[in-house]
Amino acid sequence: MRARFRRAYTGAIVSDSPYLGAIDCDIHPAIPGTSALVPYLDGYWREMRVLREMERMDLMSYPPTSPLSGRADWRPKDGGTPGADFCLLREQALDRFGLRYAICNCLYGSQAFYDENMAAAFCRATNEWIRREWLDRDPRLRASIVLPAQNPDLAAEEIERLAGDKRFVQALVLSRCELPLGRKFYWPIYRAAERHGLPIGIHAGSMFRHSPTQSGHPSFYIEDYAAQTQAFAVQVASFISEGVFAKFPEMKVVLIESGVTWLPAVIWRFGKDWRGIRAEVPWVKSAPGDIIRHHVRLTVQPLDGPSDARDLERILDHLGSEDVLLFSTDYPHWQFEDDAALPPGLSERMLRKILFENPLAAYPRLKETVQ
Amino acid sequence: MTTHSVASPEREASRPKGPSFGVVDCDIHPAPSSPAELAQFLPERWREHLTTYGVRMPNQPTNNIVPYPRMAPGHGMRMDSWPPNGGFPASDLEFMREQLLNACDIEFGILQPLSSGSMTTNQELGAELTNAMNEWQLAKWTTKDKRLKAAICVPQEDAASAVTAIERYSANRDFVHIAIPTRTMEPFGRKRYWPIFEAAQHFNLPICMHAPATGYHCNTPTGWVSYYIEEHVAFANPPQTIVTSMIMEGVFERFPRLRVVLVEGGFAWVPPLAWRLDSLWKRMHDEVPHVKRAPSEYLREHFWFTTQPVEESERPADLLDTIRWIGPDRLMFSTDYPHWDFDDPARAFKVELSPEDRKAIFRENAVSLFRLDEK
Amino acid sequence: MSRHVVAKVGDIAPGQRKIVTVAGRRIGLFHSNGEYFALLDRCPHQGASLCSGMLVSLIESSAPGEYRLSRHAEMLRCPWHGWEFDIRTGQSWCDPTKLRVKTYPVSIEPGAEIAKGPYVAVTYPVTVEDDYILVEL
Repeated sequence: MRARFRRAYTGAIVSDSPYLGAIDCDIHPAIPGTSALVPYLDGYWREMRVLREMERMDLMSYPPTSPLSGRADWRPKDGGTPGADFCLLREQALDRFGLRYAICNCLYGSQAFYDENMAAAFCRATNEWIRREWLDRDPRLRASIVLPAQNPDLAAEEIERLAGDKRFVQALVLSRCELPLGRKFYWPIYRAAERHGLPIGIHAGSMFRHSPTQSGHPSFYIEDYAAQTQAFAVQVASFISEGVFAKFPEMKVVLIESGVTWLPAVIWRFGKDWRGIRAEVPWVKSAPGDIIRHHVRLTVQPLDGPSDARDLERILDHLGSEDVLLFSTDYPHWQFEDDAALPPGLSERMLRKILFENPLAAYPRLKETVQ
Repeated sequence: MTTHSVASPEREASRPKGPSFGVVDCDIHPAPSSPAELAQFLPERWREHLTTYGVRMPNQPTNNIVPYPRMAPGHGMRMDSWPPNGGFPASDLEFMREQLLNACDIEFGILQPLSSGSMTTNQELGAELTNAMNEWQLAKWTTKDKRLKAAICVPQEDAASAVTAIERYSANRDFVHIAIPTRTMEPFGRKRYWPIFEAAQHFNLPICMHAPATGYHCNTPTGWVSYYIEEHVAFANPPQTIVTSMIMEGVFERFPRLRVVLVEGGFAWVPPLAWRLDSLWKRMHDEVPHVKRAPSEYLREHFWFTTQPVEESERPADLLDTIRWIGPDRLMFSTDYPHWDFDDPARAFKVELSPEDRKAIFRENAVSLFRLDEK
Repeated sequence: MSRHVVAKVGDIAPGQRKIVTVAGRRIGLFHSNGEYFALLDRCPHQGASLCSGMLVSLIESSAPGEYRLSRHAEMLRCPWHGWEFDIRTGQSWCDPTKLRVKTYPVSIEPGAEIAKGPYVAVTYPVTVEDDYILVEL
């Protein structure tokens, strides 16, 4: 399989990576400042940007200087925003890991604004920026459509606007929004995404409409980030309980940067509850675990796992499927050291599934583009 | 209320035998036979207040019913737990003896009264209600049946009043723990709760935390869920917040003998959370320099988990991995009587436990933690 | 196999039930629309007194937010965990397969809209002779 990929590359192989030919389902090109978006904003927002001094709008979920937001060796030497430098990303992610494709998930304040028009304008600009300054510059790059989930109709319009560009392979929302994502409020997004064969990517992050926990605001960033697994659990339960998969039977949802190992406990609990509470949601016609294994995928970084390889094998086995894990580096977020994007001890078969087969199956558009 | 033909179900002759030793049930929910039975322990002024204004809870839009109505009458009671004398489930000691304590060989039953005093927005009323609940447990339950052990119910959002309550009952060994709900106004490791930790440690009482039916904040970080099934799945989240907050706030550095029991929150989430916290702490410990050791070490030393609702892994044997990762010494059996998702000690576990683990989980861990063998 | 008289016709109103003890076994006897059904009073999940649970309709749905009722009072909710059992067959209506599922069936079996599982309550054949209801054990 590796030999085949070698011949397909037009350029010289720049790495002898064990990940050669892999599909990285989560990398983060970063917007250095909104001045980068100016070419893609209309006159009104260009003026507002200056008047209202909207230069830096990083998401609170990923303060650029926090250790998690950029691994030390992946940060620009000049102190700039990790992920903002195209050449660095190409060298450190695409070339270093020998990636066949990498899916760009751009996280920015536009996804969290209160003004839905502002959100739509800046998300549109973000998507154009991604197209021109990333996708156009390297044929290995793919991207998620960044959505203004504040207004699902506007979000659906953005999907329609970009769906013709097959390098956009997913529609992206944050894990903590205004409502649980299964609510009918969001269904215009799913209608549009399903029409174009786009999975919904839910990425760790927050619009900060509600406190991160059911007991209010934790003191520390480490707690906020740790609590993301709870948000993912809620979203999975919401998609199923609200009947999104009943209504959109082809839909796939990708949980991006979730931690992975929290999921079996949710499958067990939800499955047990469903057996007794089914009549409340009679459109849920199969066990939640089966629905999850059919419709839900997870990127592997971070992988909150034990250090013992046998125990890691056990917890991954608790998922009940080899089809759900998708390779990711989460570049430039700091989730692993050196090149250890996957833990040791995974079988050849699992590696093939995670690195190549599962991502190709999750993102049908990857097969459509000429490479 | 539904009538049904069974007055007192006899155990099926072929019911498998429960453990041969006495079981400790860490989660029983006693109920008053009438509002007056509890109100008799309130001063007159508050009895009148209750009659006129009732108990107001945060985020509870409806007055006489929980926000997510349960799928069984009585706000989610076992349908066969209504006593023959017509009272509310778990309001009749005789019937509780027959249906639970005797039938399931319960040697000790730990009461979890779920006092509304912990959650009501009127703080003075909260202190009065929790106090009344404590007096009521003595009068109706623990002085009448020595198997039953009480909770010191406290209004945790008013730490000074909570400490007063703990001090009042600490010397009475009928009380074996301090009861606090899992959904608190701030994450539970925050400084406002430290006076409670000080008292708990001083009097060597564990804190037992049980899910309430409502909370001070939205029930998820992404808005209110629509369905009871989602709410029930999300009940597993507040215990995780408690673990994370108490560890990251350095509570166990300051209170090294403090012990916390997470009741009815499930336990399969414990190993993944431990792995996640350790991994994050390795990279961001400089944000929390007061956390001197790996989070999983604090978790292993200071937290226990009751078993109900017992995790039903899709393949029963997978549960053994979970138990091994948590440690069989950290789990304590509970029935949650008389709620609908009751666990029968003879049948709750679908997987074979070793005799040592069985005895630890069904009895020894709780006897040790709650000091039940002390006179 | 032997047949036992357990009640007289008219003892149990339609949509109601009676718990009887036959040859040492507690059995729930149910009357639906002129027909009688008998189930062992033990839930296969955790051994609860199944037959003292609530009788409800079969609740199905074609779409989120839609509820379709049929077979009034022919589904028995276990009084403990609420599992739904068909009084005619003893079949529980939702139970996950014990096998690890690698793929999810894309096509739905015609007529079988709800996942069925291995949990089945024990049923007994019931006959009516003259005025008497008999259960065969």
